[in-house]
Amino acid sequence: MFYREAGQFKTTYADDQALLPIAQDRVGLIIVLAIAFLVLPIVASDFFLSSIMIPFLVFALAAIGLNILMGYAGQLSLGTGAFMGVGAYSCYKLTTIFPDLNILIVLLLSGFFSAGVGVVFGLPSLRIKGLYLAITTLAAQFFLEWCFIRVGWLYNYNDSGAIEVPQRELFGLAVTGPHATPETRYLIILTIVAVMTLVAANVLRGRIGRSWMMIRDMDIAAELMGVRPLYAKLSAFAFSSYYCGVAGALMVFMWLGSAEVEAFDINHSFLVLFMVIIGGMGSLTGCFMGAAFIWVLPVILRAIPPAFELDILAATMEHISSIIIGALIIFFLIVEPHGLARLWRVGKEKLRTWPFPYAT
Amino acid sequence: MSTALDEVQTPLNDNTAVASEAAPVLLSVDNVSLSFGGVKAISDISFNILKGEVRAIIGPNGAGKTSMLNVINGFYHPQEGRISYKGKTRKRMKPHQAAASGIARTFQNVALFSGMSTLDNIMSGRSLKMHRGLIWQMLHVGPARNEEIAHRQFVEGIIDFLEIAHIRKQPVGKLPYGLQKRVELGRAMAMQPELLLLDEPMAGMNLEEKEDMSRFILDLNSEFGTTIALIEHDMGVVMDLADRVVVLDYGQKIADGTPSEVQANQNVIDAYLGVAS
Amino acid sequence: MEALMPALDAVFLAPFRDMVSLPDFLIQVIWEGFVSGILYALIALGFVLIYKASAVFNFAQGIMVVFAALVLVSLFDMGVPAWIALILTIGVMGILALTIERVVLRKLVNQHEAILLMATIGLTLVLKGAGQLVFGGEPKTMITEELGFSTGSSDWEVFDGIVIFQHIDIAAAVIAIVMVAALGVFFSKTRIGRALRAVADDHQAALSVGISLNQIWAIVWFASGIVALVTGIMWGARSDVSFALEIIALKALAVLILGGFTSIPGAIVGGLIVGIGEKLFEVYWGPLFGGGVEAWFAYVLALIFLLFRPQGMFGERHIERV
Repeated sequence: MFYREAGQFKTTYADDQALLPIAQDRVGLIIVLAIAFLVLPIVASDFFLSSIMIPFLVFALAAIGLNILMGYAGQLSLGTGAFMGVGAYSCYKLTTIFPDLNILIVLLLSGFFSAGVGVVFGLPSLRIKGLYLAITTLAAQFFLEWCFIRVGWLYNYNDSGAIEVPQRELFGLAVTGPHATPETRYLIILTIVAVMTLVAANVLRGRIGRSWMMIRDMDIAAELMGVRPLYAKLSAFAFSSYYCGVAGALMVFMWLGSAEVEAFDINHSFLVLFMVIIGGMGSLTGCFMGAAFIWVLPVILRAIPPAFELDILAATMEHISSIIIGALIIFFLIVEPHGLARLWRVGKEKLRTWPFPYAT
Repeated sequence: MSTALDEVQTPLNDNTAVASEAAPVLLSVDNVSLSFGGVKAISDISFNILKGEVRAIIGPNGAGKTSMLNVINGFYHPQEGRISYKGKTRKRMKPHQAAASGIARTFQNVALFSGMSTLDNIMSGRSLKMHRGLIWQMLHVGPARNEEIAHRQFVEGIIDFLEIAHIRKQPVGKLPYGLQKRVELGRAMAMQPELLLLDEPMAGMNLEEKEDMSRFILDLNSEFGTTIALIEHDMGVVMDLADRVVVLDYGQKIADGTPSEVQANQNVIDAYLGVAS
Repeated sequence: MEALMPALDAVFLAPFRDMVSLPDFLIQVIWEGFVSGILYALIALGFVLIYKASAVFNFAQGIMVVFAALVLVSLFDMGVPAWIALILTIGVMGILALTIERVVLRKLVNQHEAILLMATIGLTLVLKGAGQLVFGGEPKTMITEELGFSTGSSDWEVFDGIVIFQHIDIAAAVIAIVMVAALGVFFSKTRIGRALRAVADDHQAALSVGISLNQIWAIVWFASGIVALVTGIMWGARSDVSFALEIIALKALAVLILGGFTSIPGAIVGGLIVGIGEKLFEVYWGPLFGGGVEAWFAYVLALIFLLFRPQGMFGERHIERV
């Protein structure tokens, strides 16, 4: 088969430690990126870009954020939605206070605010673990939701209580607001997500990422090896919340255009959680798979009745997709707790050793 | 490192040598008592570990051996007594401070990072030696990359020493027990400790694995001069490896001396065989 | 300092002055808090039952409450007499318990508790989707009177005012007390109760002395299904039966933190603390924050409590071993 690493000898540790040591993987990634950057903006319809690709990228980024915390650092969080909200509201406040500041900088700065909030709510993780920690993230979720409603300053005292994305330009091209084309928004979001994914991959394979995994796998041993739980856990919270915050800002500025508190509620937190579980905890590829799966499945299900001219209410399909996703979560936890990412890897292993089924 | 076996054994490793008495004290435990609620795990124990020796802590089950190690590396805080390490006395020490000051250990029930590969597990032992900050890590170029590669090189030395190159990239969770113990030793070695605490490094091993492990421990001691304190139930191993032995029973020290002295001690014989009352 | 005094007064003194000046109102507030506390406690009780026996943190308890109430109401709407509908609903909860045990739990024995938690989150989605598919998303009215509960109220004249007690609230309190007592007896005096405690301590040890894990799990899930049904009736009687309850049920998590995951009295005490605490806080301190503080009070209380006593009120300090 074509997927073989035979003949690819690593002569330096640098080669051996590369993100994608197998040449075929590198080629595959380049093809995917080429399609995403060059082909899709030309070929794809506006609907496909703004209703499928953009949300998919937003959720993939949020899932990376949650996966860093949950899959790599082992700290359960049910407050992703609220952390995304902090990013979105910070971005809105920053760009209305400093209208001339480059919107890309504003988007990336807004993540720092959610990182700060994440650290505050991560503080209890130093004393409590597991399910108990889930409660503190729930506290964050509900407290922040309440802030988004009650603190009028956050949405500039709009009567609607919603944040309306103003138009911002980059090199004379509208990138946010009603006049921004889906292609522009898509390309910007794709660039940000691609770069941030690379950065996450780099951090995860270095000292800091390793210290998170040490805490996850065996916190006592990690401490006895010199990892300071304070730094490791709080840095994981900060890093993860930064990603969630930027994802939230992108969600409002590049996709929704305006948002109220409902966009950041607990159901949203669960949505991202499902993406991480189905995609695979502790895998960046899994984040993309999970986001694609959870976001695209309902879209497909919604498209089925009209396609077959069936008279089924949209709400009914919504319920059915809820059942399917729920059942799949259980299925994955039973059959493959490491999600789609592991299935993908097993598939590749099988390909490598084909036609010998049991060679490892 | 590859010359480990060719090297002449130093007197420090010679377990009949009483000359080690002259070596400076690395760690001394003075009148330490530890209790959980009403249960006394350790009462009024004193002993010391000399630089460069292999010190065994033995005793029947529940004698307080593991608790003693936990006290030494700061996981438990004794209610009474003092611990002096490298001449400095400390009252309370956090485990990560102990690690930073050069104390490493392995665990009775293997405590590897089960989701990580052998390589990453041993690399994790280098945590304290790596310093590049978040920004460099994010870019993973220049200094951060060089640092990672330099430490990889060191870790590969350990992998070579422990003869585990073939499982380098495998997740440790799936390895057989004997190899897991070996990886755990490698992880502790990666910290380049001055004092290495081994909690039953040979429990559950067959004869061949025990011999391998003994060889690693002796080489580690002679080649790198690492001071070793180990808990072990296999008396044959203890008598062969240790320079000096301290015996605990019900949280109290009942004997302390060279293997032959301890072997002849009536209290020790009673503790192990039981006394007719 | 000048500016600080009124703020301190508003936070630390004024609320208490308000309490004292209208004591009948205070009693009313506490009673309201007491009743919602009972309901939190009942949901928490469902959690505790399952957690004790299987170390599964059953996130689906909230949706089970909604599900049970919906089944009951829908059966009645289809023309089934109230009491028969009740019995049928108990049957449905039994079948649900057996199904969950057979399809989900049996496959996840010995898994990490986070995985089990997520499985119950999946279960929540399935039940929610199925419930909405079958019963529709509209809020429904609980058949309170048909089940023989009085919907009237009694007045109590005290401190020159009137405190109103809804009869259904009193019934809820009584039923909760009876149920806790019955569960207490069940756990400590019966054979199954002992087996259940054995399972809670150690799955493998329990198996090795011949206790059927599957049977025990089915029983506790059934028991917590019945607790869910009772909760659903009581809650439905106070407001409508709707899926909004699912979010409110999350407050039981805060209750569990206060009371400990495995303590039945803890669930009750924790529930009452949260219920009364959040009502008092909302009424007397809420205006300072602009209202709506009920939404997060329970969690923040639990959070603060955790920082000082991570093992819960009735839990023992856990000594970590290596």
